[in-house]
Amino acid sequence: MRARPPRLSPGRLVLWSLCLGALAVSAYRFAFGIGSVTRLSDRFPWGLWVAFDVLGGVALAAGGFTMAAVVYVLHNERYHPLVRPAVVTGFLGYVLVVAALLVDLGRPYRIWHPVIMWNPHSVMFEVAWCVLLYTLVLALEFGQMVLERLGRLTMLRLTRLAMPPLVVAGVILSTLHQSSLGTLFLIVPGKLHPLWYTPMLPVLFFVSALAVGPAMVLLESFLSSRALKRELELPLLMDLARISFVILSIYLGLKVTDLIARGAWPQALAPSVEGRLFAAELLLGVVLPMILLATDGGRAVTKNAIAATLVVLGVVLNRLNVAITGMLAGSHATYVPAWTEVLVSLGITAAGVLAYLWIAEHLPVFPQKRHATP
Amino acid sequence: MGSRLTRRQFLQLAAAAGAGVTVLSAAPPLAARAAQTTVTAGTAILIDIARCIGCRSCEAACKAYHNFPQGEAQDLSPTAWTYVRTTPLQRPRPHLNLGDEGARRRTFKVQCMHCLTPACASACPVAALHKTHQGPVVYDASRCIGCRYCMVACPFQVPRFEWRSPLPRITKCNMCAERQQRGELPACVEACPVQALQFGPRPALLAEAARRIAADPRYVPAIFGAEEVGGTSVLYVSDVPFEELGFPIVVREPLPAYTWRVLGKLPGIVLTLGALLTAVEALARRRNSQPPSGGGT
Repeated sequence: MRARPPRLSPGRLVLWSLCLGALAVSAYRFAFGIGSVTRLSDRFPWGLWVAFDVLGGVALAAGGFTMAAVVYVLHNERYHPLVRPAVVTGFLGYVLVVAALLVDLGRPYRIWHPVIMWNPHSVMFEVAWCVLLYTLVLALEFGQMVLERLGRLTMLRLTRLAMPPLVVAGVILSTLHQSSLGTLFLIVPGKLHPLWYTPMLPVLFFVSALAVGPAMVLLESFLSSRALKRELELPLLMDLARISFVILSIYLGLKVTDLIARGAWPQALAPSVEGRLFAAELLLGVVLPMILLATDGGRAVTKNAIAATLVVLGVVLNRLNVAITGMLAGSHATYVPAWTEVLVSLGITAAGVLAYLWIAEHLPVFPQKRHATP
Repeated sequence: MGSRLTRRQFLQLAAAAGAGVTVLSAAPPLAARAAQTTVTAGTAILIDIARCIGCRSCEAACKAYHNFPQGEAQDLSPTAWTYVRTTPLQRPRPHLNLGDEGARRRTFKVQCMHCLTPACASACPVAALHKTHQGPVVYDASRCIGCRYCMVACPFQVPRFEWRSPLPRITKCNMCAERQQRGELPACVEACPVQALQFGPRPALLAEAARRIAADPRYVPAIFGAEEVGGTSVLYVSDVPFEELGFPIVVREPLPAYTWRVLGKLPGIVLTLGALLTAVEALARRRNSQPPSGGGT
């Protein structure tokens, strides 16, 4: 501890400030109510926190279950170096989603109520259960790294036997709630704009989560290699880019087919806010990264990282569009998040980055080239 | 005895339908029945927009009964579970009770519609909202976690949230469920001086609505709430088309059916996916344990 040079680079200072700001806003919110720090209203009860922190957060954490499935279900050991960073992303993602929920729920101290107060007809009930169980699964998967770091090798070997069933459970739970976040919006046929309202919503949410999983792992590997001066697993990352391309093309196919089949495509060309943002979501978040990934044989690292960034932003924009853009007109409401809402969302994201960096430095996340000495 | 009553009411309804009134059966589609307990009988309130004179006695009675601050509300709120909305008319029509005096506008009471298959109740993860067999859709604040999915789900945008409270609740009309249990009328119905509000069993009120429409050609031949989102326990009749009054255009199918179509498939998906993944895992492990040279299967 004494020998370590000060770690508070300007970047980290900004991240820490955002966290503290978010904490301050949360404290104010717990004293004076959600309305005191948000522009939410009775006609528009869900805003940035649900759209970005929860819907976006869960989608971006999808890399955890997809990589775990490849390594522990398909037993494709080649990808083993990527499974731990992906599990860290997943675990942090879900912890942050729960943190966001604690700020957004009216009565956060009752977050456990769905465990004993059942309503099997509720999509939210199913989501609550899946998120709870999957967070536990991720905690156990993450626990492997902690055990290894603590040198509990017998425990590590024992628990590793439990990995395949645990991962199977994780894949099932993820499939269910990734899609169910889309199902949530099936109950509002009169409110959600026809560009996004489709019986296919659950499928589209699931496939876009599959697509953003590898993109997020790629992006994080790229960024953390720079931040931590670590070598990149290049051939694997190129593979990830290829996987991302395939899933993106499936997503694009589904989305376009659905749009044409429902006859909603003219709305995508309309000069409305909805039309523009839908086009942005599809062109910048799906088509452009596909072009970037397809040209150059997917060899240039930076190009792939840019493509991955676009995919991440595209999925986030999709979730914002479904929960906010598409809901405004049908709810007869206006909504622009207050700065305090934005600050909480940024603070939660910043906390995720800081936690990721800390874990990457202190736990055996990446392949052991330089074994950390305490 | 109960069945005889329902049968008579059904015949009345059928007769009314024969008189050119768009009232269909009060029974919801099959999908709804699978999705959620649908309460078709139970009590209801019939609101007659043609009769309403806009005196706001119902609103005042509701506030007095619940100890809310008095005053005219412009919208529903945690302290206004109902209010009287005024809508100016594009084309003046003489008012049934007020004549030319009230020709330029219509007034009507707004509150929870008490759907037969409520979207809010199906949305709530902790079953804080539920449709009672007596008719009202009621809320149990002690279960509520404050996720506000009920507000998102409600097609009529009725539930309100205590945005400025550190311990917020959802609020909405409960059709005076506790008064009903004591055999009393809902406070609003009791207060109406012109019988624009009527309380009773839903089938009887549907028949009464149909009778009024058949008896007076000034009424538009539609009952709002007879079929909307699978039917509601608050029914409206009017002498001005509902679209003109700004009533929301909602689907005929109960909204919980839309999510149940997916939710109902989940047990099958879990089993299939579980079996599939376990099988794939076993196969992949066996393939890996064989020497790498023998991969010719």
